[in-house]
Amino acid sequence: MADESIIHVEDFTAAYDGTVILSQVNFDVYAGEVFVILGGSGCGKSTLLKHMIGLYKPTQGRILIDGADVVAADRQERMDILRKFGVMYQSGALFGSMTLLDNVRLPLEEFTDLPPEAIRLIALMKLKQVGLAGFDNHLPSALSGGMQKRAAIARAMALDPRVLFLDEPSAGLDPITSAELDELIVSLARNLKMTFVIVSHELASIFAIADRVIMLDKKVKGIVATGKPQELREQSDNPWVRQFFSRQASLDG
Amino acid sequence: MDLAPQTLLQFHSETKRDGALQFTVIGRLDSTTTGRIWRQAMEAIGRTKALQVIVDASGIEYCDGSGIAWLVHLQQLQAARGAQLEIRGLHAQFHELLSDAVTGEPLFSTAPVAVRRSFTEQIGKAVCEIFQDIGRVISFVGELFLAMVYAARHPRRVRWRDTLKIAEALGVDALPIVVLIGFLMGLIMAFQAAVPLGQFGAQIFVANLIGLAILRELGPLMTAIVLAGRSGSAFAAELGTMKVREEIDALKTMGLEPVRFLVVPRVIAAVVMTPLLTVFADLVGLMGGSVVLLSLGFPLITFFHQLQSAVSYGSPVGGLVKSFFFGILVAAIGCLRGLQTESGASAVGESTTSAVVSAIVLIVVTDGIFSVIYYYLWV
Repeated sequence: MADESIIHVEDFTAAYDGTVILSQVNFDVYAGEVFVILGGSGCGKSTLLKHMIGLYKPTQGRILIDGADVVAADRQERMDILRKFGVMYQSGALFGSMTLLDNVRLPLEEFTDLPPEAIRLIALMKLKQVGLAGFDNHLPSALSGGMQKRAAIARAMALDPRVLFLDEPSAGLDPITSAELDELIVSLARNLKMTFVIVSHELASIFAIADRVIMLDKKVKGIVATGKPQELREQSDNPWVRQFFSRQASLDG
Repeated sequence: MDLAPQTLLQFHSETKRDGALQFTVIGRLDSTTTGRIWRQAMEAIGRTKALQVIVDASGIEYCDGSGIAWLVHLQQLQAARGAQLEIRGLHAQFHELLSDAVTGEPLFSTAPVAVRRSFTEQIGKAVCEIFQDIGRVISFVGELFLAMVYAARHPRRVRWRDTLKIAEALGVDALPIVVLIGFLMGLIMAFQAAVPLGQFGAQIFVANLIGLAILRELGPLMTAIVLAGRSGSAFAAELGTMKVREEIDALKTMGLEPVRFLVVPRVIAAVVMTPLLTVFADLVGLMGGSVVLLSLGFPLITFFHQLQSAVSYGSPVGGLVKSFFFGILVAAIGCLRGLQTESGASAVGESTTSAVVSAIVLIVVTDGIFSVIYYYLWV
């Protein structure tokens, strides 16, 4: 794995209505890795993600994606940054009035000058990559939750971004569908050399996919542990972190 | 087998020689039986004011949350009075439930309750909110204006397919209701006016009344209000649901400005369709009036002649200019309220209500402003 830092978060502080959620957070995501942001409910995982993709402005700090500052970017710079990443939202957030093909086609239509038949073909290939070949004319409401999330990944990948952000991919899915989604993530990361930043609290899936995790905690308002999940389970200085990881491992048998 | 609560649970209350009050509970202490003994026990304690209360719980076969709540309540009550409570013979499994409830974190939130705001502060806060809302409306108008200028300069970037679909829903589908209301408005007004005007032998002037009222005011106004109810609310609900389902966030992170992508097609559709619908409302309104005049024995040609002499071109044109602005208002307010939606299903409902209410208020206010402008332009 190359040591090129693709996302750099420095001195990051976020607050809602004066209540500090995260304070002084620093970390890097390296190109090509599957990076998981982990933590219990309400610890600020999704908040951190939404700041990283530029939906909210942090109270303080810098966030660089591929060298470009998300926080300080003006309109044009922002457009360039947006093309570097794709996002899969917790609910999928597919546009309900459009078919899957149109959903995947939309970013291509808006940001490229490819001829329509090329756009159609690319969109169909993306759907096939996530295992949804033949579903191009379906509306999102006609699909199961797992399929909607796959389609959302296809849409996020439409412009072949360098980074994919996934907000709780396994939320609301049964264990088998969730495991299939994990396999998809691992194969995309390996085959397309894409960087994944995933917010999750499913330890089973984290052990299956993560190269590296950071663990956030509500009390510390920041990172309590960084590293490979297996290492954290066995060698973390923090007994609570060790216990957290091994409890799940023992559940897995 | 359906047993009455009394037979499932037996409850005895007795005062002992040393003044202690003893409750004996035998049977099932659950949500159907606890209510009765709760009241009996409270009454007994209130009556005797015993400083020592003993609950003989050895006969309890089953105890659920409400039974435990009764015991907790007794404990709290006695503690507050500085008196004693003793629970005897409670089964171990129920005892665990009881100790879970009373040990550890307190049941009540100990954080200070939000201080009640004084009347002055409430007014101040409300005023601030109004100004913040005005500020948001102004910045939205600015954003919308920029997006419309961009659309005018790059017409190929406008989503025409969406615009046509919206125009169909907003315009064509609204035609029957607009026509019905317009026709009835003309008919009813003419009918109501015919009687008092008839007393002066001036029934023919119903045509003047109908012509001016429908073309200048009621045609544009009724059309706009129908649109606010039909389409303004639909826009708010649609965009609000998209907001709740993170679709708006998805648009933003795909680099697609919600205003350009969602609002511009809706505003264009409304701007084109509202004056068209107003033309229909005007025409059928006049037709409604003519029906009344026909029934009063005036031939159609007289009606038209009277109309021509009473109404200049300014009236219908002025009405159409107004309806153009009403169209922008209804679409923009509907979209703005939709985009302002916070999280949750009830938020969508609030946005929808607010879209219709603000649209109607703004329509009437704008109508007033236009009346003044027209007054100075024409008189």
